[in-house]
This record gives sequence, structure tokens and C-alpha cells, in this order.
Amino acid sequence: MTRTPLRPLARILEARAKGENPDVIERENLRLRHEAMRDRERQRAEGRLLVIGMVFLCAFALIGVRMGHLASSEPAEPRAAATGASILAQRADIVDRRGRILATNLTTHALYAQPPIMIDKAGAARELAAIFPELDEAKLLEQFTGTRKFLWIKRNISPEQKQAVHDIGDPGLLFGPREMRLYPNGRLAAHVLGGAGFGREGVNSAEVVGRAGIEKVFDAELRDPGRAGEPLQLSLDLTIQDTVERVLDGGMRLMNAKGATAILMDIHSGEIVSLASLPDFDPNDRPRPLTEGDPGDSPLFNRAVQGLYELGSTFKVFTTAQALEEGLVGPDTILDTQGPLRWGRFTIRDFRDYGPRLSVTETFVKSSNIGTARMAVEIGAERQQSFLRDLGFFDPTPIELIEGPSADPLLPPRWSELSTITISYGHGLSASPLHLAAAYASVLNGGTRVTPTLLRRDAPVVGERLVSEHTSALVRQMMRETVVRGTASFAEVEGYPVGAKTGTADKPRSTGGYYEDKVITTFAGIFPTNAPKYVLIVTLDEPVETSGSEPRRTAGWTAVPVAAEIIRRTAPLLGLSPVVEPRRPDGVTLTSN
Amino acid sequence: MRSLFYILTALAVIGLASWAYNENYKTQAALREVSELNREIAHLRETLGVLRAEWAYLNRPDRLRDLADLNFDRLGLLPLSPDQFGRVDQVPYPVEEDEIILPDLSGVIDVRGTLETAP
Repeated sequence: MTRTPLRPLARILEARAKGENPDVIERENLRLRHEAMRDRERQRAEGRLLVIGMVFLCAFALIGVRMGHLASSEPAEPRAAATGASILAQRADIVDRRGRILATNLTTHALYAQPPIMIDKAGAARELAAIFPELDEAKLLEQFTGTRKFLWIKRNISPEQKQAVHDIGDPGLLFGPREMRLYPNGRLAAHVLGGAGFGREGVNSAEVVGRAGIEKVFDAELRDPGRAGEPLQLSLDLTIQDTVERVLDGGMRLMNAKGATAILMDIHSGEIVSLASLPDFDPNDRPRPLTEGDPGDSPLFNRAVQGLYELGSTFKVFTTAQALEEGLVGPDTILDTQGPLRWGRFTIRDFRDYGPRLSVTETFVKSSNIGTARMAVEIGAERQQSFLRDLGFFDPTPIELIEGPSADPLLPPRWSELSTITISYGHGLSASPLHLAAAYASVLNGGTRVTPTLLRRDAPVVGERLVSEHTSALVRQMMRETVVRGTASFAEVEGYPVGAKTGTADKPRSTGGYYEDKVITTFAGIFPTNAPKYVLIVTLDEPVETSGSEPRRTAGWTAVPVAAEIIRRTAPLLGLSPVVEPRRPDGVTLTSN
Repeated sequence: MRSLFYILTALAVIGLASWAYNENYKTQAALREVSELNREIAHLRETLGVLRAEWAYLNRPDRLRDLADLNFDRLGLLPLSPDQFGRVDQVPYPVEEDEIILPDLSGVIDVRGTLETAP
């Protein structure tokens, strides 16, 4: 750049010649130079501003376009991410304690129609009705020719049916993939599994949601993709469950009962090895709940968990255990059993008269209501309540079934002295067979509390102590005596020392009072008695045994033989080898006369 | 010197660009393969699930019981009962012999022979 001099000599000389001040020229030139410099600076700054503005504009435009794209496009997973085992996200399987499948998934198809693109509507309706006998041709045609643009025809179809529909060849008949919940064992453990159905449905997929039982309780866990297909392992054993259901079904028919339930539970861990309730249903095709009548008559009703029954003399175990634990009596203490026992307006009788006095053991073995009532009076209402509360009779069981929390035991509104007496032998308090199983396990496993569970437990759980080891052993001995020479004599199973208590309770009428000829009979037992491993509860609803000259309804004739058969069949399967019991000492044995 | 530097820079840019181009295509090919494999794994898992379900269905206790009844003549299967258990000391072990009597082998046994001429 050529630099213009501030004092150009030619002009200075010219100015001097004219007598002007040459400094004016210098100032003038300086001003011009400063103006030029200022203009240059401004131009450069404006250029920079423009560039920065462009950069920002581009950046904002980029972000805006990206945001718009993200908002308007379908979400996609990053393709390069490690997917691992969750490639196929299905509802997790349910397996038994040995890993055998109880519930799994099967891919099927749903059939739907789009009438606007159908070609031969009448022909399609006719052929569909031929493939699916339950569809009505006239109704289908009406739907196809109506105003509807979309309709579901079948929720689940088999591959053969799919091929047959393909062969119709109509472009308006379309398939959507479906995941179907399958219970390969049919009715087995139906009440535990519950069943599943479709939730929200779309063309390309449908949600499978649990409808009842363990499927509903663990619905979120089973659907959690984070499980990566790890199955839910139950404490049930498929083989044992099947055997129990089969024997129970036979027993129910033989005893002309209208319902039956059996619970086989590990006495130490509280794991339920088998839980059966009859009549049952097929979870693959879960029936609709009854809309009228007694819900207890529905096959959906889980008698083991939901059924609240007065469990009769089986409660004498708790009264006796508590009396022994509190030190009020010993096994040989003599009780006054002179009947009938009058208490206010009420009279308490025994099944038959057992004489004026019996020892505690004999009271238990012969199941004397009067003797048990005398012990209960000694114990008192307060202590009885607190013991039964500890055993869990005041709350619903914590079982992992959706039906569990609804089964709140029915307690007397006012716990009077009379209530104390009747509850001591199992009347006036209604609880589910599962309550009874948990309470029996707690008293008889050595005296620590057991919480029933349907999930497999790997480590044994030792609960809070409720009664001492000694009391527990004494009661077990009494239960063994009951089988050897008492009311549960049919429960003798060769090779397995069974200890048991029976209970027969009249069914309450819905209008109040009790039926004369309808009973609930209960067997509650443990085996083997010397080292208890399992507790078994069998309850029959309205059984009557008709082989004798007159119908027999006591538990000893109905529930006990069924329970004995269950033990005979399941104990070998449970891996218990038979033991030879030490011979009973010869000599004087107490007999009632 | 300066022009050499420019040429080298330009060459480096060209080289890096072609490397990135190749890597890009390789990555896309790998991703395609991964998604292909994933699809295949999902398909195989589904098949496995179906086979498992079928296995469970074929092994359901009802069917096994019916089969056992049907083939009772050949198999003679009965439900397990307590009397089928035994203890180890109930098993009759073979009585141990005092000494093992071997045949007299003191004589000469000729195990060698001549190979006959093949026919």
C-alpha cells in the first residue's frame, strides 16, 4: 500500500508561497488517513460479524433439523449395541422346582380381515366357516359387507388353519403374529398358574398379561425384558402335583364330595410342593367367572387359598401345644371330661362319651371337645388370641397368588369366653387350608414360624420361635398316637410313620345355623413323625362315605383314607425311603371302654 | 519446501478420506451381518421355544400315564411304592472265592499257525 505523506512537499511549498499555514494541510491529511483507517476497521468487523452470524445460523439450523427429524421419525435402537440374550423378548417361562416347564410361549397368528380390499366376500365367508366350525357364515358375510374397514376374526390360529386360510387366497384376509401363553400340562396346577390373556392388541403384536394366580402377581417381573428369558422357578414339583391331583380326584369321587383340596408343604422351608384344588379348569382356556350364584362353586375358586372353612378338631393341636408350652398341663395330666359341658346357654358334647376323665394325650387322641375346652379355659382368651395371631390366623396368608390377600380369616366379632372354648376345637373361626398348613408346619417343625411360599427357596429360613422343641416333639408324639389308635387310624401307611389330626365341621348355612348333613372334613398330618419333613392338609367338601349300613361323614372315614393314599403315592416320589418303626413296647396299653 | 508440505498434506487427506470411506462400508457390512445374525438367533430361539413347548407337551404326566397303561404288557410300569426301596445291605453280593483256580497252562500251547494260501 502506498502511503500518502502527511506533508506533501509540493503543497507545503505552494502554501508557503501563498503565506498559508502548512500545518492545516498536515491536519487535513491526518484526518483523511484516520477516516480511511476507521472505514477499514469497520468493514473488517462487519465481515467478522457476518461470518459469526452465518456460523451460528448454520449451527441452529442443524440442531433444528435434527430435532425435527428425531421428533418425526420412528424410534430405532442403535444397531451396533450389544443385544445379547434379550434378542427375543418374550414373557418368561414358569418352571417347576426341577426345571420342567409349567408355562411357556408359542408363536401363533391372529387372523383379521380388511373388507375394503376383499375380492370374493361371500366365498371367503363360506370357506372360513368351513375351516372354523365355531364361526357363522351369515354373520361373517354381514360383517364383511358392512361399513367396517377392519375386524378380528380369530385371536389364535394353528399353522394348519393358517395354511388353510392362505389357500382361500383372498387378499383381504391377513395375519398378525401373536405370542400365545401355553400351559403344556393342561389342568395341572391350574389354580397356581391362573392363566393369561391378551391385553392391548395391535396388528403386529399383542401384550400377554396374567389373568390370575401367580401369572398376575408376577406379571411385571415376567414381562420385564431385563430378565433376559430367565424362567420363574416355583416350589411345585410336577410329578408330585400330578400324583396328588389324581389321587385327590379319585378320592373326591369315591367320597361323593363336591370339592376337595390338598396342600403338601415342606415343613421347614414353607415351600409348597403341591397345591391342588378340585374341581379345576384348563388355564389354556380359562372359563369366565360365574356371574350369579356362589363363586365358591366355580372351578376358578381356589379352595386351598380362598376357601374359608371352620377346620374343626384340627385346631386341638394348637390348644394342646399352647397348654403344654405354658406349662398348664403335661401329657399325662388328667382332665375332667364328664359331659355334657354346659357354658351359659350352650352345651358342649363329645362325638361319644369318653368317660369322666382322660389324660391330655387321650383327650387329644380321642378328640374330646370337653377336655380341650377345659384346657382353653385355663389358657384364657388373651393368650389364645396372641398364639393364634402368631400362627397367622388373623391375617391373609402371604402366598404369591393374587387370590391370597382376599382370604382374610373370619374371626368372631367379640372374643368371648365361649368363643375361646369353641375355637379351641376349631369352631367359630374360619380359615383357609393354607393357613392350617402354615400353622401346622410352625408348631410341628420344632416350633419355628413358617411362611408358605410358592417360590423355590434355596436356603432354609428359620423363623421366629413359637413353641419349644420339647412341646413340638410332644405334640408330634400325640399325633402319631392318633394314627396308631385314634381317630386317624386309616392314615397308617406302611413304612412311613404318619402323625395326624382329623377335623369334621358342620357346614354353616348361608341363612345362619349349621346343616345337619353337610360337613367339611379335614386331615392335617405330618410325615415322617420322627424327623418331620412334610405337612399334608386334605380337605373334602360335603363328603359322604356310603359303603357301610349308614352314611358316614366323619373325617376318619373320608379325608383320612384319601390322605393316606396321597402319602403312600407321594412319599416314595419325594425320595423318602421307608423306615421300620421300633416295635411298640408290649405291656399294658390304655384303652377306653 | 513449502510446496512439498502442501503436497504431503493433500496426499494425507486423500489417504485418510479413502480409509474412512472403506471403514464406513466395512462397518455397514458388519452391522448388516449382525442384524442378520440377530434375526437368525431370534428365529432359532423361537424354534427352540417351540421345541421345548412340544417336549413339555409330549411329556405331560397325563400322556405318559396313558402310554404306560397302553404299553403295560411290554414295560410293566407301575407307580412307585414304598416296598420298591431297598437298603444297600439287602443286596446279595457274590461270595468271594478263596482262590482263583486257573486252568493248567504249563503245557506248551502253540498259538501260532501258518497262513493257508488264499483260495
